[in-house]
Amino acid sequence: MAELDTSSGGGHKKGPGVKKGKKLSTRVDLTPMVDLGFLLITFFIFTTTMSQPTALKLFLPDDKITDEPNKAKESGVLTILMGADNHIYYYEGQLKSDGSNFLSASYNGENSIRDVILKKKADVRSRSRDAENPYKDFVVVIKPGVECNYKNVIDILDEMAINVVKKYALVDISDGEAQLVKISDASSQTSASN
Amino acid sequence: MGRAKLPRKSTNIDMTAMCDVAFLLLSFFILTTKFKPAEAIAVETPSSVASKVAPNKDFVLVTIDKDGKVFLTMDDEQKKELVANTINGERNLGINVAAFKKAGFIGAPLTGLNSFLSIPEENRKGDQLPGIPCKDSTNNELTYWMQVVKAAYAGEKMDLLLKGDNVAKYPAFRNVIAAFKKNELLKFQMVTNPENAPEGSELWKSSMKGEKQED
Repeated sequence: MAELDTSSGGGHKKGPGVKKGKKLSTRVDLTPMVDLGFLLITFFIFTTTMSQPTALKLFLPDDKITDEPNKAKESGVLTILMGADNHIYYYEGQLKSDGSNFLSASYNGENSIRDVILKKKADVRSRSRDAENPYKDFVVVIKPGVECNYKNVIDILDEMAINVVKKYALVDISDGEAQLVKISDASSQTSASN
Repeated sequence: MGRAKLPRKSTNIDMTAMCDVAFLLLSFFILTTKFKPAEAIAVETPSSVASKVAPNKDFVLVTIDKDGKVFLTMDDEQKKELVANTINGERNLGINVAAFKKAGFIGAPLTGLNSFLSIPEENRKGDQLPGIPCKDSTNNELTYWMQVVKAAYAGEKMDLLLKGDNVAKYPAFRNVIAAFKKNELLKFQMVTNPENAPEGSELWKSSMKGEKQED
């Protein structure tokens, strides 16, 4: 291994005047070197970036094609609205004038938007008469409010991928809905502080 | 009966093998490591379950920072030169093409482009720069930039990337999308951090079955 045989072979006798040199071992203590090695390894393990950023694809519809509007059946539509401070709301079908079907959800945990999407999806499936493609009428409309942030939008788009929603649309929020979101945001703020 | 005498073993361990392994690992990590370039624009990207690795060649990257400021990055120097020449020709700004080619990113209104390029590269910090105006449809310079960039890449493959900060507000994102839409750039990719699909979800089930996520 890391040592050399330094013992003089053959048993050759030296002359009477020659002093016997002290035999030094060539064995080197490698422990500090190993220490240093592992220190550097640790450094490189921590500084190395193994994970590459990924890309989430998004295809926008062309605004110019207006002769064939994407008509959706009311029973299959779920509209998701995002407000400030990670608030999220949804309604099924069309928004009732009294706002009674305007409900609130959360991004994760209890009453999560995922459960809402899955419930709606199951609902659409149970009512569908098309055995080939039972989710044909299922459309999720995403309406981010002006106060929500980029992460919220990505989270919802991600939710579409997670729950395998084939049809979804990113739509601008209408004034009435924006008002409703604003009011709901404000009321949940006060209820949280109480 | 006397027990067989065990020869006393030395407690010295031969470290050579361990040393070999340590340095093998060390050389592996040294060779594979890629230092993250110091980012001039601080952006924390959200996570998504997308599994496709973001392209790192021939891309056009639009960055939205946490204040909603917009920056443009291109990696191809030839295309950058084309873009600079086009802008010079159309807007008569007389921008320094060589400096434009070297610039890591663009983050100033067209009128302030010359003074932006005169700042040394290492002093260009995203939080101190105005960014490309993209506030509303009337003064959306990004639309112009995308038009020029699209023309520079005409007929060639171009990966349009959008990198946004977690806390950037939605209107900034919407304005960028509007700029893309105006130039009929309808396909783009958003840069995210990888994340695993939540257990029990449909995507998780299909990936457990070995199905690949569609692009």
